[in-house]
Amino acid sequence: MSLENLLSEKRSAILSRWYDTILETYPAETAVYLRSQENRFANPVGHSITHGIEAIFDDLMRGLDVERVSPFLDTIIRIRAVQDMTPSQAVSFIFSLKKVIREEIALDAQGDFPWQDLLALESAIDVLAVLSFDIFVKCREKLYDLKANEMRKMTFRLLQRVNTVGDEKEGSPEFATGDIDNDKQKEVPQ
Amino acid sequence: MATKVTTPKPAELAESIKLIPPKTEWMDTPTEIKPGTFCWGAKGKNLGIVEFPNARDWNPSEEDWKLPENWQEIFLKGMKDLLGKYRSFQVFMDICVRCGACADKCHFFIGSGDPKNMPVLRAELLRSVYRNDFTTAGKLLGKLAGGRKLTIDVLKEIWYYLYQCTECRRCSLFCPYGIDTAEITMMGRELMNLLGLNTDWISGPVANCYMKGNHLGLEPHAIMNSIEGMIDDIETITGIRVNPSFNRKGAEILFVTPSGDLFADPGTFTCMGYLMLFHELGIDYTWSTYASEGGNFGFFTSNEMAKRLNSKIYAEAKRLGVKYIIGGECGHMWRVLTQYMDTWNGPADFLDVPVSPITGTRFENAKSTKMIHVTEFTADLIKNGKLKLDPSRNNDLIVTYHDSCNTARGMGLLEEPRYILRNVVNNFHEMPDNTIREQTFCCGSGTGLNASENMELRMRGGLPRANAVKFVKEKHGVNMLANICAIDRATLSASMDYWVPGVRVTGVHELVANALIMKGEKERETNLRGDPLPGKEGN
Repeated sequence: MSLENLLSEKRSAILSRWYDTILETYPAETAVYLRSQENRFANPVGHSITHGIEAIFDDLMRGLDVERVSPFLDTIIRIRAVQDMTPSQAVSFIFSLKKVIREEIALDAQGDFPWQDLLALESAIDVLAVLSFDIFVKCREKLYDLKANEMRKMTFRLLQRVNTVGDEKEGSPEFATGDIDNDKQKEVPQ
Repeated sequence: MATKVTTPKPAELAESIKLIPPKTEWMDTPTEIKPGTFCWGAKGKNLGIVEFPNARDWNPSEEDWKLPENWQEIFLKGMKDLLGKYRSFQVFMDICVRCGACADKCHFFIGSGDPKNMPVLRAELLRSVYRNDFTTAGKLLGKLAGGRKLTIDVLKEIWYYLYQCTECRRCSLFCPYGIDTAEITMMGRELMNLLGLNTDWISGPVANCYMKGNHLGLEPHAIMNSIEGMIDDIETITGIRVNPSFNRKGAEILFVTPSGDLFADPGTFTCMGYLMLFHELGIDYTWSTYASEGGNFGFFTSNEMAKRLNSKIYAEAKRLGVKYIIGGECGHMWRVLTQYMDTWNGPADFLDVPVSPITGTRFENAKSTKMIHVTEFTADLIKNGKLKLDPSRNNDLIVTYHDSCNTARGMGLLEEPRYILRNVVNNFHEMPDNTIREQTFCCGSGTGLNASENMELRMRGGLPRANAVKFVKEKHGVNMLANICAIDRATLSASMDYWVPGVRVTGVHELVANALIMKGEKERETNLRGDPLPGKEGN
């Protein structure tokens, strides 16, 4: 049987086990909630994970397309990037897919199992892992940007109050890039 | 001879990475105070200004919180006092049956996945101390009866989670006993305050407000300068120079708004909206540079402090001799005004029941406080056909509305903002039912949690709201999130930036002013933000 057929046959079992391993990364009480609350607005984390891993798995089956799969990785990782997790914890769920697939289709395999195809699939999962790392870093960088921007806005307002920044307005190119030119400030009449 | 190096096996390395959280019970799971989730500690000078006890600089990330030696005694005595003073607190400590109805209703739990953010468990952190020291069962049986001693680690854990609750009261909506977690948080924060364990983001504005009348510490000239700047911008956009008055005795109406509207975009655009509307109506109103803050960060410290900061509003109304007060778009300001001000600093028997000078509508709902919300005032104007509006000026905006927790659950202000929006924009879409009105999700940054250093926490708390915005963005193309709260305007901008890029944030009166056709105005080319109006992009 081809790897594709094996994966199709075991799709729901793989997704279910993959979901379970992801829930294990949350405290037990939280996992109960994530599993039981079906409303997507009452349980955005659970919904993002179930919806996301389905899409990621199906994309692997179709042949990985980075542009197509990235938004689904993003939805899951964006959440984990702000939760109480180390970077490794945040992206580990991708690696657990390898283990789940091996256990579901490969452990008991005998005879002419498509090992070469499985290795290729695992390499594709490795690509997902490095993509996840990129997304995680982008999310963290965004957080630092948000912090820095708020601090900058506050400082800008303080400077404006003591009339050292002159007429530059928030929204002006200088402000938007955070590049308030010091020399220019000096030229502003006091 | 070279030392033999033992290389770990891959399996050993993999096992050293802990991917699974501990399985211990909550009492046995230690809390680690992590950067990104807490606000910096208060500065002693700010606590000293308002004569809060145990004023000192302190840092939550340091081991030593510099507590007074008898801190346990202070905490427990404070708890005893509060239990005696507030019957509700006593009831809330006793009555919870841990049914779990509230557990998954909190935005911080939903977003963080941290069980100690379930409202029931967050309250249990404090309740366990109550059981241990104030109930017979707890005194005798300790942990068996759900009690635990107030140790330094317990104190730190309680503090940590008290500042992960925005007092939004969504959980209380689902509690069969009506336990108000917000009140438990208030009591807890009041106890922390006795130990000087306030945050810089709250105590700074409190000190400013006490000294200068507003959170930002703006002095009269700074307030007037800021509004002058807005007047210039309004003139550029409309050709009309509005002419507000300040501290004018004998005006009919005093207008009070959160100071965030004076200095922080996009609140400033909302403020321009008020200026334009009142000018167009020609009403007899005045700003005050003394009662220059509708918000009340004292509300996040202690009842007494909130009362002290609030007192300036009626005092200024009396000094100026106005007939009644209109308040701007703010959230917790309105919880304070509708539910506390009257009993704290009333009766306002020197004021009249608000009557709109334009429509003659008498606002019976405010006959006690004598203060109405600006959306009540404006909705009444529209209902009576008193405003000329061109909603097509907002046609580039596809708008949804976020109910602020305090105006929705605290005062039932649900219809007026929506009524206004439907009249000033052509594209309006509601978010799903279980995320709006009474069930609205908090912005995630209220009750003085809108600092920058706790950004991870804010993003966790903001997830459920943002998730619903994302849904309407994908379904209807929503690109503007309207609300009537200054903290929302400031903090949802960051939340949208992280979770739903492409959605901006606005106050309702910014959209009103965009649509408002003013007498004698020039043909407008841009909206209040300076963006070209639909159809004028090429100009």
